[in-house]
Amino acid sequence: MTEKVYARNVEALKSGTVIDHIPAGQGLRILRLFQLAEYRERVTVGLNLPSGHMGSKDLIKIENVVLSEEQANELALFAPRGTVSVIEDFAVVRKQKLAIPDTVEGIFACPNSNCVSHVEPVQSHFSVRVTEHDTKMKCKYCEKVFSKDIVVDVR
Amino acid sequence: MPNPLYRKHIISIPDFTREELELVVQTAAQLKAASRGDLLKDRLLATCFFEPSTRTRLSFETAVQRLGGNVIGFADGANTSAKKGETLADTVRIISSYTDAIIMRHPKEGAARVASEFSSVPIINGGDGANQHPSQTLLDLFTLQETQGRLDNLTVAFVGDLKYGRTVHSLAQALSLFGAKFYFVGPEALAMPDYLCEELDERGISYSIAATIEEVIPHIDILYMTRVQRERFDEAEYKKIQGQFVLRADMLRSARPNMKILHPLPRVDEITTDVDATPHAYYFEQAKNGVYARQALLSLVLNETV
Repeated sequence: MTEKVYARNVEALKSGTVIDHIPAGQGLRILRLFQLAEYRERVTVGLNLPSGHMGSKDLIKIENVVLSEEQANELALFAPRGTVSVIEDFAVVRKQKLAIPDTVEGIFACPNSNCVSHVEPVQSHFSVRVTEHDTKMKCKYCEKVFSKDIVVDVR
Repeated sequence: MPNPLYRKHIISIPDFTREELELVVQTAAQLKAASRGDLLKDRLLATCFFEPSTRTRLSFETAVQRLGGNVIGFADGANTSAKKGETLADTVRIISSYTDAIIMRHPKEGAARVASEFSSVPIINGGDGANQHPSQTLLDLFTLQETQGRLDNLTVAFVGDLKYGRTVHSLAQALSLFGAKFYFVGPEALAMPDYLCEELDERGISYSIAATIEEVIPHIDILYMTRVQRERFDEAEYKKIQGQFVLRADMLRSARPNMKILHPLPRVDEITTDVDATPHAYYFEQAKNGVYARQALLSLVLNETV
């Protein structure tokens, strides 16, 4: 199936945001972690959609919601090749390439069970560093360094 | 201009610049040479030890009192509001309204950083779980400067528990600002964590792993011993490594004359007592230096100029 054919299968969006090129299997996790259903707007999720260069992918459309640049970049931790398109009147008015953020606040829990961030009134906070083989996340509080996949898997 | 540590929180060694570390070391040397009973005059400090620690607490309290300051506080968290479920954030808000600085130890990693976000006065980290213990590293650096006359380009062997030993991690991080060479000697299961080795790689610090203490002794300026805790191993594994990372006086024959042995203490059996009488043993003087390093730190945090 080509991109064109599948596009007809997913309802067009009048205005809002399309998050595309999410690796298959990450769509629901993104929906949950970024609380995209909490906006009480219509959300359409496509799972395991065919994709030319990715094989298969997930896709999320949210009506009447525009993500901040910060939120969009946080998505890059799950979808390094993801794109976020802002739609107005059925047309793409802005397409954003995602960049891995320098810091991530409040989204993930620290994998270290003895980290104070679990019991004090603070938001989790990681600084992110991309190395040759991995993306590392360092907790601001316990100062432990984790591979991105470990942090992402915790919650 | 105030000194760069004035009114700063002292949370973690990676927060320090090379110049700030040198400033603490120089100030400690000055205070060891000539005591100053006025630097904390009319100052009230809190020592909040949510987890007991004999040496660190008494050393901090000695430092405060020798500088003319006063101390309030508690020696363990058992009878505090923390036990009733108060957050550390609230406890610190209150205590910081009573005192000029808070010296704290806490069993949770990151506790001092959280405290610094809620305190109106400087927080001095006296140990947060397995994470950081910056005043230990400062006293280690002061001892290196005192025994070697420099901090640059020292060759240091770390022996024992390199995985969980926070003093090892912090000292290695601090010395990486001064261009050092390291040997790591310890059981494979307690090897230096990857993330720290990567940090050292990035800073161009050379290190090698050695199987025995004997093979590194002729090449080093400092032998930094730590305790391998029995509870980290099952009985059979412990039997295998037991005795392998123990230092005895007869192993020191090939040591350089300037070589000194440090240990954050308490020692159990990893340094036999016959080492104590050798000219290389420096761990008790190192512990004494803890008071001067802490005096230096507190003086700099609480005075614009020292």
